Amino acid sequence: MIAALARRYAGRAGLGIAGLLVTSPLFAAALEGQAQKQPLNVTAIVMFFAFVTMTLGITYWAAKRTRSRSDFYTAGGGITGFQNGLAIAGDYMSAASFLGISALVFGSGFDGLIYSIGFLVGWPVIMFLIAERLRNLGKFTFADVASYRLQQRPIRVLSASGTLVTVAFYLIAQMVGAGQLIKLLFGLDYNIAVIIVGVLMIVYVTFGGMLATTWVQIIKAVLLLGGASFMAFMVMAKVGFSFDSLFESAVSAHKDGEAIMAPGKFVKDPISAVSLGIALMFGTAGLPHILMRFFTVKDAVEARKSVLFATGFIGYFYILTFIIGFGAIVLVGTNALYLDGAGLRGGSNMAAVHLAHAVGGDMFLGFISAVAFATILAVVAGLTLSGAAAVSHDVYSNVIKRGKAKEADEIRVSKLATVALGILAIGLGIAFEKQNVAFMVGLAFAIAASANFPIILLSMMWKGLTTRGAVLGGGLGLVSAVTLTVLSPAVWVKVLGHAEAIFPYDAPALFSMTLAFIGCWIGSITDGSESAHKESLLFTEQLVRSETGYGASTAASH
Amino acid sequence: MSTLATALPAQLTTEENAVLAPEIRRIYHSAAFARLRSRRGSLAYRLAALMCAIYYGFILAIAFAPQWLAIKLDGVITLGIPLGLGVIASAIILTGIYVSRANREFDALSAEALRSARS
Repeated sequence: MIAALARRYAGRAGLGIAGLLVTSPLFAAALEGQAQKQPLNVTAIVMFFAFVTMTLGITYWAAKRTRSRSDFYTAGGGITGFQNGLAIAGDYMSAASFLGISALVFGSGFDGLIYSIGFLVGWPVIMFLIAERLRNLGKFTFADVASYRLQQRPIRVLSASGTLVTVAFYLIAQMVGAGQLIKLLFGLDYNIAVIIVGVLMIVYVTFGGMLATTWVQIIKAVLLLGGASFMAFMVMAKVGFSFDSLFESAVSAHKDGEAIMAPGKFVKDPISAVSLGIALMFGTAGLPHILMRFFTVKDAVEARKSVLFATGFIGYFYILTFIIGFGAIVLVGTNALYLDGAGLRGGSNMAAVHLAHAVGGDMFLGFISAVAFATILAVVAGLTLSGAAAVSHDVYSNVIKRGKAKEADEIRVSKLATVALGILAIGLGIAFEKQNVAFMVGLAFAIAASANFPIILLSMMWKGLTTRGAVLGGGLGLVSAVTLTVLSPAVWVKVLGHAEAIFPYDAPALFSMTLAFIGCWIGSITDGSESAHKESLLFTEQLVRSETGYGASTAASH
Repeated sequence: MSTLATALPAQLTTEENAVLAPEIRRIYHSAAFARLRSRRGSLAYRLAALMCAIYYGFILAIAFAPQWLAIKLDGVITLGIPLGLGVIASAIILTGIYVSRANREFDALSAEALRSARS
């Protein structure tokens, strides 16, 4: 039955559904094949070094201000809502979003919009259900919140596993993406890129902690928003600031003509579409590096502002990528300079890069290339910091030392964990060079939605959740998301080379998140233990604190 | 919704009351806390449901009725373009609605509830 379904959908959906799972066609295209190495791009390299020099300066400044545990994990809670909103937007506006979504719009028009929307709609949900409560209850990691009234050790182990698995898959995808990008944009070797990213990320995080990581992210977000705004403005200027004429020129320039103005081949099967939608919407609310950002502001009011600014910036950015994609159809797709026999020179993800050259010449091309690479660096730093916090704060301090670790020891462990994660990321980046890792970002979102999000939500909202329920549900979510992905067409067929997938859909979240909620519910209602009773008694206090911020941790004093 | 907005907090059992610190107990039983919970809760759930309805409605329209989204409006522009951009706008607008209600109303209620901890 399942095999038959798989055959049906494999035939029907083909490449389209495979493309759907991955958060970006950048990974789908650049990572499936090997990117072609381009000639050395000196302007881009010089601009990237300018960015690195500036960020290292910031790291030096931040290092002098990073002493306590709270400084390291959360910049002492001293980031403003506006700054944090920009940093969150920076975490979100990855090279994948920028190059990938504009490439998708370039290739098939309207379909690109579907991705952008999926990435954005998680943010209002975070605002309505999670952001303020999370800030009121937590201190450094989301496990602080999940374990508030449940048993520390099992919940911390579960949360740290969810964090590390999410971070690992996300990191691999970013590292491989960095290596492929540097071949395309700078004309340098794959391994050089992976090592540069790994080493710089270790330096930012170990010395500058969250303060440096946040400012690297803010600077990058401003550069990327500025660059993308300029491109969109130049595109609109060329068409007389008229969307009618932009779309008309695009339709007449594109080989698919009017088909680019309507949904095309990307969504044909409703189950996959909804399952992907669930992963994107609720996965955002379970990504550890995003959740950690809510602890960098001083209170729930600033957390709320962060989400509003982040949502605004991200929404604006996706509208820009839409204009950029259509602009590329008109200005790049018709210019022989940017084309070769097979299509775009350098591959389909080069649409935005070529457009940068078309509207701003060599200098601007260098600028956009440098920003695209800086983007990966900034995202990787945030990921590593959240992974390191899970190791040092959750596992070392609260599980191994049972909450009695010395602060200096915990900081040392977190720095060691950062170095270890950095080296691991370099190793994995090199090991996965020739692998198809297109499924990994999608998997990270699916795991976040299935293992982390249900536990965070239910621990705050449902009095009946017990430790046993959380462990059962979170464990089921984690295991099922990974297993279903391995059995899906994206891995079972495309990576492992089997003829037919055992599980027919690439996006597992609809099933794995449902399993997680059912697991939490069954594990909890059948739990008649004394500790379960005590946990439910603590709910009222947690509720009062989460709703009012009573006793919430405040910005640390220096 | 009006019944929800004026609803009293769920009564606690003797045992639940007994484990609460006095300050927390006073906040929990304050009128401001009950109002905060019911008003913020009903707004948050309604907005979340609305966002889900808009987004999954859009996804299902793409899956089941792509030809509807391909209807031409003006020149080459199709219905799908303003609808898609509308979903992006709605995410920002709904978030804005929540923030404005929170600034005007919830922060004051929360502060009032916190004051009752001291009395």
